[in-house]
Amino acid sequence: MAAVETREKVSALAEKYKYGFVTDIEMERAPKGLSEDTVRYISAKKGEPDWMLAWRLSAFRRWVEMREPNWARVHYPKIDYQDAYYYAAPKNTPAKQSLDEVDPKLLETYNKLGIPLSEQMLLAGVAVDAVFDSVSVATTFKAKLNEAGVIFCPISEAIRDHPDLVRKYLGTVVPVTDNFFSTLNSAVFSDGTFVFVPKGVRCPMELSTYFRINASETGQFERTLIIADEGSYVSYLEGCTAPKRDENQLHAAVVELVALDGAEIKYSTVQNWYPGDEEGKGGIYNFVTKRGDCRGRDSKISWTQVETGSAITWKYPSCILRGDNSVGEFYSIAIANHYQQADTGTKMIHLGRNTRSRIVSKGISAGRAQNTYRGLVSVHPKAANARNHTQCDSLLIGKQCGAHTVPYIESRNPSARIEHEATTSKIAEDQLFYCLQRGINPEEAVALIVNGFCKEVLQQLPMEFAVEAQKLVGISLEGSVG
Amino acid sequence: MLEIKDLHAAVDGKEILKGLSLTVNAGEVHAIMGPNGSGKSTLSYVLAGRAGYKITSGSIRYRGEDLAALAPEERAAKGIFLAMQYPVEIPGVTTLTFLKTALNAQRRARGESELDAMGVLKRVRARASELKVSEEMLKRALNVGFSGGEKKRLEILQMALFEPRLAILDETDSGLDIDALKLVAEGVNALRAPERAMLVITHYQRLLQYIVPDRVHVLSAGRIVREGGPELAHELEAKGYEDIVRSAA
Ligand SMILES: Nc1ncnc2c1ncn2[C@@H]1O[C@H](COP(=O)(O)OP(=O)(O)OP(=O)(O)O)[C@@H](O)[C@H]1O
Ligand SMILES: [Mg+2]
Repeated sequence: MAAVETREKVSALAEKYKYGFVTDIEMERAPKGLSEDTVRYISAKKGEPDWMLAWRLSAFRRWVEMREPNWARVHYPKIDYQDAYYYAAPKNTPAKQSLDEVDPKLLETYNKLGIPLSEQMLLAGVAVDAVFDSVSVATTFKAKLNEAGVIFCPISEAIRDHPDLVRKYLGTVVPVTDNFFSTLNSAVFSDGTFVFVPKGVRCPMELSTYFRINASETGQFERTLIIADEGSYVSYLEGCTAPKRDENQLHAAVVELVALDGAEIKYSTVQNWYPGDEEGKGGIYNFVTKRGDCRGRDSKISWTQVETGSAITWKYPSCILRGDNSVGEFYSIAIANHYQQADTGTKMIHLGRNTRSRIVSKGISAGRAQNTYRGLVSVHPKAANARNHTQCDSLLIGKQCGAHTVPYIESRNPSARIEHEATTSKIAEDQLFYCLQRGINPEEAVALIVNGFCKEVLQQLPMEFAVEAQKLVGISLEGSVG
Repeated sequence: MLEIKDLHAAVDGKEILKGLSLTVNAGEVHAIMGPNGSGKSTLSYVLAGRAGYKITSGSIRYRGEDLAALAPEERAAKGIFLAMQYPVEIPGVTTLTFLKTALNAQRRARGESELDAMGVLKRVRARASELKVSEEMLKRALNVGFSGGEKKRLEILQMALFEPRLAILDETDSGLDIDALKLVAEGVNALRAPERAMLVITHYQRLLQYIVPDRVHVLSAGRIVREGGPELAHELEAKGYEDIVRSAA
């Protein structure tokens, strides 16, 4: 009896959970190609107010006149933007009833990552009402946030329910016309996350997109906006260590962070999109624009990323250090194996006085991959006493891969102090032999050594994420030693 | 336990071992001495299966198995341990993590259950205190910034932890102060057992005062040129290698 009751309760919660996080399920999709009509179609489907449509259209009109950038060290066939779908309703595949129906190869990877069973079910798209734990966790989670006054919802919902906040901040960090991919995103973004942390509130838990995961919908053009009001703190986790597949090859997300006086935002990402196969076929093109604005004095924004997936990664999470005494940090692990290409780094723009930034980048290349660190440290004339420290380490596994470091430094204030250190190394044969001699197999040995190499960055991740990320590092490098 | 027959081995195409034969039975401790560059470390690497060390002819049988057919990590799981002359640093990997990874890898390979962090820590602690390896050292990155003596003590700690069947100690005594030498020798003696064999490579008779070998072999230019009991070590200490090597030639 009690069991039946619980089951009913949970199903009810599951329903809520579904509607709380998923846009209405439609069976249609927009016609192929990109025009003003496509933009109108998307906006209409989402039931958006006029101002939002106008915003999207202005972005689209600019985008038509823009050209795709070609300065990154990545190569890919020309993308035909008219030969793609920009709005597709989620596939209405029936939910799986148990893990038996899930691709065993996927499950094997989940097991290697040590993902708990209930999470595996969610990730693999098993009917959500079968996953009791996660649902109740998600629900208590929402209740706690409400109590603290934190808004954490899909951005489409925020556009409806918190239009003033969205209008005030959307596009203020990454302007509509910022770059080709971000402008495209502004025109056609499908959904994403909105977070607002009120004054003086320390967000009571890590906010994780995991609670928003829906196996049938993937974020091709995600839009994220996070605002930390004065004196608040939030830690946000994006992505998932589990491998993600998507039929859409092109991904162009935009993330905007705003930290007001004394606020701190910690943004952690694990990106594990499909990288293509061992021959370099398939895989996601990931062109992301992420930028944080330390708008208030004494504010802090910290980016931590573990990039292991995608065929092409084009990504430079940046900090605009506008407020005096503000701090920007960038901790990055970028792993490229087989034929992957990664061009990633950061920009630290010092505008305010006594602003400080720290960059720690660990690039690992294996197979025939190319891995580029591209970074800019810019000190403006008013940024007296600005400080930057950059540490950029590359590790090569094998002889056919490449590592490149492209640091740009612009200092227009003589009191600035900028330090840049860079190293390139290989996994030494004696280290490998030492591990093997102690019984560790070659793949595990490489994973161990690489994790050691990345330690400084892994330490920045929230605990439970760090453990999974460590395993992910090993898995991404499978097949890199003969 | 170990049967090496007419072993020829080359490094980077250069022949270093030139017809080496050696038999070690379970329960025995053998010492290998010999001038610099005679091939002692090379022998230890060949036994451990290091990449680039190629057996060109001859054979090595370990507990009835052809050793050449096994990968280095398989040899380790089957009980071959090499305390290295120059232990390697692995930045960012804490010593304890390394020990746990290695111990569990060996256990997995042998079909034994893996130990959790607490289980490993218990075992490590028991041996660490005997060898005066501090907790603080276990938390540091493997061998990074360790003194020469600390590195060697950690090698012996690992030997004690893994409980190998065949332990090869390559100049574990060099770089140790007298107290550490005694500690290490005690550690080695504690492991002497009827089912275990040891190959102790050293330049000094001093170590062999503490670890009394059953047999002593003199290696020169890639071959064993003389064999004897513990007294041979004394003779070497007194006369040096030159005489012995010359008379053997
Ligand atoms: N990669 C290599 N290429 C060519 N010769 C090598 C190589 N490695 C070792 N050797 C040579 O092999 C010989 C034996 O070296 P090994 O390290 O085995 O000597 P050892 O007996 O351990 O000496 P020591 O007492 O100094 O430790 C030396 O002459 C050395 O120079
Ligand atoms: Mg040697």
